[in-house]
Amino acid sequence: MSATDGAATNGAGRSGYVGRRMRRKEDPPLITGKGVYTDDMVLSGMLYAAIVRSPEAHARITSIDAGPALALPGIHAVLTADDLDLAAGMPMAWVPPGVEIKTPEHWPLARGEVKHVGQAVAAVFGEDKYAVVDAAEQVVVEYEPLPVVVDPEKALEDGSPLVHEEFGTNKTHEWGLGSEDMDVAWEEADLVIERRIVNHRVHGAPIEPRACIAEYRAGYLTLWTTTQIPHLTRSFLAGSMQMSEDRIRVVAPDVGGAFGVKLNHYPEEAIACAAARRLGRPVKWTETRSEHMATTIHGRDQIDRVKMGLKRDGTITGIHINVIADLGAYFLLLTPFIPSFTAFVAGGCYKIPRVRTDITGVFTNKFPTDATRGAGRPEATHLLEVMIEQAAAELGISPVEIRRKNFIPKEDFPAEVAVGVVYDSGDYHGTLDKLLSKLDLDAFEREREQLREQGVYRGIGFSTYMEICGLAPSRVVGPQGVGIQAGFWESAVVRVHPSGSVTVFTGTSPHGQGLDTSMAQIAADRLGTSPELVEVIHGDTNTGPYGMGTYGSRSLAVGGEAVARTAVKVQEKARRIVAHLLEAAPEDIELAGERFSVRGSPDRGMTLAEVAGAAYIPENLPEGMEPGLEESTFYDPSNFVYPFGAHACIVDVDAETGKVSVVRWVAVDDCGPAINPMLIDGQVHGGITHAIGQALYERIHYDENGQLVTGTFVDYCLPSAADVPSYETDRTETPSPTNTLGVKGVGEAGTIAGSPAVVNAVIDALRPLGVSFINMPLGPMRVWEEIQRARAGASEGGQSA
Amino acid sequence: MPRVSVSVEVNGVRHEREVEPRLLLVHFLRDHLGLTGTHVGCDTSNCGACTVHLNGEAVKSCTVLAVQADGARVTTIEGMGSERELHPLQEAFWEHHGLQCGYCTPGMIMAAADLLERNPDPSEREVREALAGNLCRCTGYHNIVKAVLAAAKAGGERATAEPPEAPGEPTIPVTGVGA
Repeated sequence: MSATDGAATNGAGRSGYVGRRMRRKEDPPLITGKGVYTDDMVLSGMLYAAIVRSPEAHARITSIDAGPALALPGIHAVLTADDLDLAAGMPMAWVPPGVEIKTPEHWPLARGEVKHVGQAVAAVFGEDKYAVVDAAEQVVVEYEPLPVVVDPEKALEDGSPLVHEEFGTNKTHEWGLGSEDMDVAWEEADLVIERRIVNHRVHGAPIEPRACIAEYRAGYLTLWTTTQIPHLTRSFLAGSMQMSEDRIRVVAPDVGGAFGVKLNHYPEEAIACAAARRLGRPVKWTETRSEHMATTIHGRDQIDRVKMGLKRDGTITGIHINVIADLGAYFLLLTPFIPSFTAFVAGGCYKIPRVRTDITGVFTNKFPTDATRGAGRPEATHLLEVMIEQAAAELGISPVEIRRKNFIPKEDFPAEVAVGVVYDSGDYHGTLDKLLSKLDLDAFEREREQLREQGVYRGIGFSTYMEICGLAPSRVVGPQGVGIQAGFWESAVVRVHPSGSVTVFTGTSPHGQGLDTSMAQIAADRLGTSPELVEVIHGDTNTGPYGMGTYGSRSLAVGGEAVARTAVKVQEKARRIVAHLLEAAPEDIELAGERFSVRGSPDRGMTLAEVAGAAYIPENLPEGMEPGLEESTFYDPSNFVYPFGAHACIVDVDAETGKVSVVRWVAVDDCGPAINPMLIDGQVHGGITHAIGQALYERIHYDENGQLVTGTFVDYCLPSAADVPSYETDRTETPSPTNTLGVKGVGEAGTIAGSPAVVNAVIDALRPLGVSFINMPLGPMRVWEEIQRARAGASEGGQSA
Repeated sequence: MPRVSVSVEVNGVRHEREVEPRLLLVHFLRDHLGLTGTHVGCDTSNCGACTVHLNGEAVKSCTVLAVQADGARVTTIEGMGSERELHPLQEAFWEHHGLQCGYCTPGMIMAAADLLERNPDPSEREVREALAGNLCRCTGYHNIVKAVLAAAKAGGERATAEPPEAPGEPTIPVTGVGA
């Protein structure tokens, strides 16, 4: 399916910027305090907004009295649901063919009932940002509390309190993918192991909270917002505001990290836009961190009951995953879809004849989950990689050998797997072998013994992951495929100015990944110029074509490929112009370094600047050629891309306190040929740290009343520099045949790979104490308790929370 | 609400304003002086995005009232160096890819500068401990730590672009202005 794509010309000249470390074009403003993030902007006449939020997890609103708030100086308005004049609520984009999903109404401001703590009930607008917070506290809302359900398994029981009474159930939907004959897998197996693996609720938690500014001026709406999807946000606003799309501009300025949590259209964006129109003043809303933790999407939250069959020699006969996905109280953009991503990746790197995932979605009185760095794939890798080491231990096989035994061999690619997708390329033995060459397991064993004498338990855990990214082929992910109501191509425009400098417009919308630089490298090679002369523009619906945004590690594999293809089109036109002016045949013009020259006569040639200067003066052009030097592309890939790698984590556990320290991390990743290796390393470092955070420190925790316990950075612990080691990273490069660059995504890889390596390492460390299984997050208390249970002869073996 | 007058020297310029007593220093800098390089990330002094120097020492400006800075000297990221003349730490963060989204970066640089002032030759462990109050979600700290160690090695002199650490991967120079 993918070979035809790869056959397209790569088109790179000989400048060779691609593949080289290049420091980032985006950095000079960011290191000098000159970045422009949404909250940095001020508009004349701007009002500040503060949101009145529900302290109840489930309640009927019996009255709202804005009088005391409105009496305060400088307060212009207090708006509730009926004041917003919106034609639609918050969008949810997944409509899987043949599957019934119970989709609740979800308005930006609550109508009648609140269903999670923090739900927006009213919005206060005023001239001073401190005063609106004071005023919000003076809005008197009376609630009649309703029964709350927080535990997703209890929510599925008969007689549970219902989050949405009208559905008569808390079950949102059921969805399955994979083999129909799992019984055969168990019959063929010598060993069947089962574990209940909990992938707890976490938060993407970028350091920049959300913010937005809406301005409505004479029929035109502009929204500056912290988003990964400016173009889609504009489309949603056109619907809810009942405005013509051309009259709406959405801008994502510098975005301070996102990790999926800004891949959404949020109530506050709609509130700000509606209020700006109603009040005739620009409106700014800036999220507090407490609001962010309570009302910006959460991630993961799956209970995975996993069953794996194996032969005595370690060959896996099948795996079945029963997922209970706690989706929270409402749906945001992709809430119910995200667990399905787990199903596509469930087979990992392994040749498993039978793989099946069955998902049950559940409403609870919590904030919605949605795409968070990895989005369903970290859950899949976690359960699979933990299971394979559990199985190895039971079979007495080494964790390395059981993987080697089951890897899809390199010669099998492209490889169609049990769940029905075709892995593009891979060399799983290659990454594992390279990892082992760096590890020195003999030294590890020696150190482990020495440390044991000091009461320190050292362990090693592996994770050999494969993930699916580069979203995506529209025919697979779109309305007639998986059922997301959109296309998944990406757009690019490459414009060579008359002076020869270049502007690239991309439809993706990065938030720190370095695409200004990597896309400039890609374009420069194909245009015969320097990346310094290539500016990359993104995140503004008033510039460049419609674009799908950044998520699913797609920005390079889809957006970068769109840039490459567009630059090749420009190069082709440049060749024809050069051929015309130098009186040579177009096929004899080659791009040699930073010059278009006649093959065999290197002294006869033109620079891009010379070509561009000519291109804008028609007398220089061949008969019939349009003037200008600009092209565009909408690129819809034929397949996903399938990066992979091998990670090892070494931990020390203090058995007296339960404290886990990550002392070494070695990672060998393969995301195809590097565009800029420095950026890849950066993505991997951050991704691993994100995974360590989930494995050891981070947890979004609601108590039984639906109160958010971990609502600030005091309680929700991101790893700090003191909590993690420096990382040892390396790569192999197996090109993807799907795109001409050969690239695969890497933004989520470290996070997808990481958590099982930590958990496996902790279990490995604690096996001498009788611990054979433990669920994340591995804070000191849980580890210590598990050690005590094991000492008492009662390790929970898969049942611990 | 009654206002009080404060006089604060910020990046070498004296500013006098009438402010609410409850005004946070970070909002004084951002909203009253337009110095938006100092960011707010958590409101609880955990993330350090708001780190500035108050009389030469790093403080989290979301936990300092503007009135507490009355009569003081404040340095923000804008006072550290410009795009034409970068501070060694700014140069090192750029060279070593010590930032991705850049939101934590000003606070991170201010905290690192405070460390290097007190300890010009820190170990990796000392850098990690010193930056434990500054959170970054993008970089995993690896390249931040490398950048701080490199800046320390540059010894406070104006850093010249160092060769990259990866052998065989020559760095492509990018100029600061217009890059």
